[in-house]
Amino acid sequence: MAGTLAEKVWDAHVVRRAEGEPDLLYIDLHLLHEVTSPQAFDGLRLAGRPVRRPDLTLATEDHNVPTTPGPITDPVSKIQVETLRRNCEEFGVRLYPMGDADQGIVHVVGPQLGLTQPGMTVVCGDSHTSTHGAFGALAFGIGTSEVEHVLATQTLPLKPFRTLAVNVRGALPEGVTAKDIVLAVIAKIGTGGGQGYVIEYRGDAIEALSMEARMTVCNMSIEAGARAGMIAPDQTTFDYLRGRPHAPTGADWDAAVAEWTALRTDDDAVFDAEVDLDASALTPFVTWGTNPGQGLPLSASVPDPEEFADESDRLAAANALAYMGLEPGTPLRDIKVDTVFVGSCTNGRIEDLRAAATVVQGHRVADGVRMLVVPGSAKVRLQAESEGLDKVFTEAGAEWRLPGCSMCLGMNPDTLAPGERSASTSNRNFEGRQGKGGRTHLVSPLVAAATAVRGTLSSPADLETAGRPQGELASATTGEA
Amino acid sequence: MDAFETHTGVGVPLRRSNVDTDQIIPAEYLKRVTRTGFEDGLFAAWRKDESFVLNNPVYADGSVLVAGPDFGTGSSREHAVWALMNWGFRVVISSRFADIFRGNSGKQGLLTAIVSQDDVELIWKYLENSPGAEITVDLVGRTVHAGEIVAPFEIDDYTRWRLLEGLDDIGLTLRHEDLVADFESHRPSHKPVTTPA
Repeated sequence: MAGTLAEKVWDAHVVRRAEGEPDLLYIDLHLLHEVTSPQAFDGLRLAGRPVRRPDLTLATEDHNVPTTPGPITDPVSKIQVETLRRNCEEFGVRLYPMGDADQGIVHVVGPQLGLTQPGMTVVCGDSHTSTHGAFGALAFGIGTSEVEHVLATQTLPLKPFRTLAVNVRGALPEGVTAKDIVLAVIAKIGTGGGQGYVIEYRGDAIEALSMEARMTVCNMSIEAGARAGMIAPDQTTFDYLRGRPHAPTGADWDAAVAEWTALRTDDDAVFDAEVDLDASALTPFVTWGTNPGQGLPLSASVPDPEEFADESDRLAAANALAYMGLEPGTPLRDIKVDTVFVGSCTNGRIEDLRAAATVVQGHRVADGVRMLVVPGSAKVRLQAESEGLDKVFTEAGAEWRLPGCSMCLGMNPDTLAPGERSASTSNRNFEGRQGKGGRTHLVSPLVAAATAVRGTLSSPADLETAGRPQGELASATTGEA
Repeated sequence: MDAFETHTGVGVPLRRSNVDTDQIIPAEYLKRVTRTGFEDGLFAAWRKDESFVLNNPVYADGSVLVAGPDFGTGSSREHAVWALMNWGFRVVISSRFADIFRGNSGKQGLLTAIVSQDDVELIWKYLENSPGAEITVDLVGRTVHAGEIVAPFEIDDYTRWRLLEGLDDIGLTLRHEDLVADFESHRPSHKPVTTPA
C-alpha cells in the first residue's frame, strides 16, 4: 500500500501491534538533558530497573548552563545539572557536560555528531526534538513518564497520528530564509493548525534548503502544534552526514544510503491534509504578538485587533498588543529593540552565525542595544572562531558567548528585564519566555543582525539603502540558501 | 507498581469540589529532581489553615481520600499523583475525576474510585462521626465499605486489570520484552550507537 514518509518510518519501528491498543514503537535514539530527566531516572531507581540501551542514549547539559565563563550560580540550575551527572554515571549513559568539546544544545549536538540519520525514531524530553525530522527521522518530544519508559524499554506505546503535507514551491527571494518560511507557515495555519499531525515539508523550495536550514524549519513544527516535522532525505542529507563521527562507513554506508533513498512518500500516497505556500512571494517575517502564529512580513504594520474576524483572535491580538506595548498601525520597521539574541536550537548553527556575521561586518551594534551571540554547541563555537566570526561580532560590539539554550528560555542568567524588547532568532515569543515581562519578536538571523545595527526591526536590505555596498549583502544569504 | 486487590486504611473526608492540581501540589514544588518527598507540598496552601482536615492528627495515617466532584482538574502535572502517594494515599474517592489526573493516577498505581455523590455524602458523614475510622476499598468486588455503608464504585476494566496485576506502563511493555529483543536482533548494523565512534 502507498505510504507517506512518516508512515514508512513508523511501520519500520513497530515492535508490537494489537487490536485496540497503541502500537509499541522502537526508539533508535534517546536524547536527554538536565531539566526533564531527573524524575525519570528516579522512577527507574524506585523500581530497580536499569537503562535498557545506554548505547542508544545520549545526554548533554544545555538548558541551565551559563554562557559566560564560570560555574553555575543559580542553586536550582546547579542541582539539575549535578543530578544529571550523577544519573548518567550511575546508569552508564554517555554525557557531554559543560566545557566538553561535544557539549551543546541537544538538538544541535545530535545532528552534528551524525547520530541523527534518516529513517530513525528519535525522542527527547523536549518539544523541539522535531528538529531531527530534517533528516527524514520521525522525531518528537515526550514527557517525563515517557522518558522513563524509553530508558527502561527503548520503546514507547504510541497512538497513530495524521499526516499533513506543507508544500512550499518556488524559489526563495534573496534575503529570505528558512526561518521566514516556517514563520509564514505558522502564521498561515495557526498555532493549533498542526495538532495531531506529523508535517512533511515538501516542494522545490524545501529541497533547495541546506540541512541546517531544514532543521530550522522542522524545529518550529511544534509551534504549529504538530507532533513532528519531516523532510525526505536526499543527496543534501547524505552529503551532510558523510564523514561525521557516528555516520556509517564502508559497506554500512552503502547499505544505509540504499535504505535512505527509499524513504520517500509514494507518488500515490494520500495525506490527511495539505497546505500550499508560494516561496517566491515570501519576504522577511517577524512576529508582533505573543504566540508564534502572530507574525507578519516586516514591511507590514502592527495589526488592529478590530480587523480580526474571529472573536477569540481579536481578544488574543488585543491582549498581545497590551503585553507587547504596541499600538495598531505602527510600522513594524519602527519598533525599537533593546536586545538582539542570535542562537538557540532554531538558529544557533554555523550557517546562522555566518549569515548574521556577514550582515554586521563593518557595522556597529546600535547605541543602547545589546547583541548576544550564543553558538548552539561547543563545536559551532570553535568553527565560528576558526572562521573569525567571533571577531566580527565583538568588533561590532556584540557579546560572543559560550554555547547553550541561553536567552531562548532564560533558565540561565541570560534574560530580558521587565519591559525589555528583543529581536530573537529563537522559537517562542510567549509572555515571559525570555524573562518576566520581556517582549520577544521572532526573526531570522539576517533580520536579527540588521536589527542590531539599526536598533529597529530591519532587514539587511535596509542597511543597503543606507549606503552599503551590494556585493557583501549577496553573500549574506548564501549560508542559508 | 504494587498489585492492588483490597486496601483498608483511614478515610479522610475532604469536603471540597474542583480540587485542582495547583491545590494538590503548587507550582513552586515542581523544581525538584526527585519523585519522592512531595508530601510536604500536598495541599500546601490549605494546610496553612489549622482547621484543614489533614492537620488533624487522627488523619496522619490517612490513605483513602474522600473528595467532592471534579477532583484533579487543571495542569497535567504528574506531581499531583506523586504528592498524594508520597503522603500515603492509595485511593481517592470522588463522584467525578479530571481525565488527565485519572490517567496519571492509573499509571502510578493510585486507585481513583468513582462513587455516586449520594454515597460520598454518606461516607463523609460516617467519617466525620467517627474520625480516624478505616474504610475498605475492594477492587475485586468494586465496592467501598465504610461502617455499615457498602457503596459500589466505577473504574474502567483496563485500569482495573492493570491495578490488580500491578502493571504500570513500563511493566506492561516489559511483558513483551521478547518482542523487543527480537526487534533489536533484526536492526540494521548501520544504525548508530552513542558510545565513542
